Amino acid sequence: MAKNDLLGASLWDAYSNKVTTLMNNPNHQGEITEQEAAEHGNRLIVADFGAESCGDAVRLYWEVDPKTDIIVNSKFKSFGCGTAIASSDIMTELCIGKTVKEAVKITNIDVEFALRDSPEIPAVPPQKMHCSVMAYDVIKKAAGLYMGVDSESFEEEIIVCECARVSLKTLQEVIKLNDLTTIEQITDYTKAGGFCKSCIRPGGHEKREYYLVDILRDTRREMDEEKMKAAADAGSKGSFESMTLVQQIKAIDAVIDENVRQFLIMDGGNMEVIDVKPTEEYVDVYIRYLGACNGCASSATGTLYAIEATLKEKLSKKIRVLPI
Amino acid sequence: MQVYLDNNATTMVDPLVVEVMQPFFSEIYGNPNSLHKFGTASHPALSKAIDQVYKALNASDNDDIVFTSCATESNNWVLKSIFNDHIVSGDKNHIITTEVEHPSVLAACRALEKEGAKVTYLPVNSQGVVEPHVVRSFITDKTALVSVMWASNETGMIFPIKEIGEICKEKGVLFHSDGVQAVGKIPVDLQAVHVDFLSMSAHKFHGPKGVGALYIRNSQPLSPLLHGGEHMGGRRSGTLNVPYIVAMGKAIELATTNIEEKMASIRAKRDRLEDALLELSDTFVVGNRENRTPNTILISIRGVEGEGMLWDLNNGQIGASTGSACASEDLQANTVMLAIGADNELAHTGIRLSLSRFTTDEEIDYTIEHFKKAVLRLRAISSSYAKVGPTPGGESKACELHH
Repeated sequence: MAKNDLLGASLWDAYSNKVTTLMNNPNHQGEITEQEAAEHGNRLIVADFGAESCGDAVRLYWEVDPKTDIIVNSKFKSFGCGTAIASSDIMTELCIGKTVKEAVKITNIDVEFALRDSPEIPAVPPQKMHCSVMAYDVIKKAAGLYMGVDSESFEEEIIVCECARVSLKTLQEVIKLNDLTTIEQITDYTKAGGFCKSCIRPGGHEKREYYLVDILRDTRREMDEEKMKAAADAGSKGSFESMTLVQQIKAIDAVIDENVRQFLIMDGGNMEVIDVKPTEEYVDVYIRYLGACNGCASSATGTLYAIEATLKEKLSKKIRVLPI
Repeated sequence: MQVYLDNNATTMVDPLVVEVMQPFFSEIYGNPNSLHKFGTASHPALSKAIDQVYKALNASDNDDIVFTSCATESNNWVLKSIFNDHIVSGDKNHIITTEVEHPSVLAACRALEKEGAKVTYLPVNSQGVVEPHVVRSFITDKTALVSVMWASNETGMIFPIKEIGEICKEKGVLFHSDGVQAVGKIPVDLQAVHVDFLSMSAHKFHGPKGVGALYIRNSQPLSPLLHGGEHMGGRRSGTLNVPYIVAMGKAIELATTNIEEKMASIRAKRDRLEDALLELSDTFVVGNRENRTPNTILISIRGVEGEGMLWDLNNGQIGASTGSACASEDLQANTVMLAIGADNELAHTGIRLSLSRFTTDEEIDYTIEHFKKAVLRLRAISSSYAKVGPTPGGESKACELHH
């Protein structure tokens, strides 16, 4: 929220001329009948997406040449606002001349780009992006009908940002690869969240299954876990210095349990690890003697050397044991 | 020709109102709280405005009518101060309102819920109004306030305020009504009806934006929303907005003088428009005409999405409105249409036309012609009216959109 947000947008004024023109006079509005398709020796495919009850519905008609799989003609019917009609119209235009397999590759962003007057300026303001996101779904459905396969089979991945068609996998990869920490960075890198903004966090224009804030948080957590796991793996391979502090303490305890503690207990004493402080030169292990060890003459000499030697041997040459 | 049919959103300021405001900008500009003559010069005009408002609403001299910035302020004031006075600092915990109130009531109630108030949102019946017995059944001994709009901005339906007022009086519960769509449109007689608080806004009855009022029966306690100087008897701080208060007085006088006559004239035009639009197939209007503000039509046109229709009307220089998906920020279906139980799909096809006393017969004729043309064009594009059905397997599942 800042100066530019004080006045609500003049929604319709932000539409590109193409959107306005096609809304007023769509070029491919209409129907193709079985008879027409048959006369040309072509196959008619009709697919619906959306419903009046959702506020947006589109019916896509394809006349496909069965020999070449080329969509030779396409029309649409639409229940929706201006941008829905305009984007349906440009969608049919993008389909014509393509093979069915090529058409499946048309994305919602392709549709939106085709509606732009100039490449830099979006065709519709962010809150209207959702009106142009039905293209991909209805094309997929039509292609599924034509090829006799489930339209879901074209859906290779989970799409988080419908506007820019960015998948969950891409987002996770980009976050990890570039060590991204903010939503703004994600948008800069992937364009996700840069259009209708619904996918950023709950409460936007549309309810989404995945939100960027959650993906960022979960991916960051995963990255942290991976880091820890790497450290633990390094530890199990004996690389004491690369362990986390907790792992180092655990490793020290394990070595003491296995090699030292039993002898101390036999003499009526014991010890505990108080702290571990890595420095440039040493890894200082602070210990405290308990029971009979406490005050025993050897605790500052022979016993101490034995403990330090064991830890040095098992874990790291840099270890120095300091009783307190 | 251009036709403005969005008078439930706001109205044109009556030129007679603009005229009475004029002297209070650069000629009589003193602060009415000042002792000198520059300040007191505005007092006669302010007194007159106060008289005009009291008379228009038939308020008693024992009542307070406090000028505010708008009805949103008045609504917030009542809800928040009742919450503070009777729930935070009292033994009540409950507020009753309806599902179809203006956002300034609904959003304020949701905010109060977060602060610990219990709020009941009453449903409306198929006519779009709350029934008095429903209100009665939800009142408990912990109920601090009942808040029910006098008339709906969306449908124009008039709520049974008299009956609800009697129930509240009997139960000893405070009663607030958001009268924004009633004051200046239909008779509002505060002697005939028992309400404790009534909100109103001048720009809904040909006054300027930025001035409204809150009526407080019997000058009863209500802690102030705005603290500051001792303006309006200490009830609402802020230097009096002299030109706008003067304007509101004039506007309410103009709107309520011979109101029956004005209503009949507006209604004749409204009914003619409504009859003509209902000649279109697959259309319906919400709520019966007898119980509606005389200027309002909420019509559903099957197969024509609300914003698409607004677009075409706008191309024809007609300004109307919709609460449907695409046009509003939240992309939800028209909540009132949903509340009255209209099918979800119809909730995206509602168009609200609201007239004023300045609407002419020529404008109605023009609107009828253009409206029908727009419906024909959009139904020709509409998938709802397509003849060739989908390829088997290509049918749409109900609402599979990502909304």
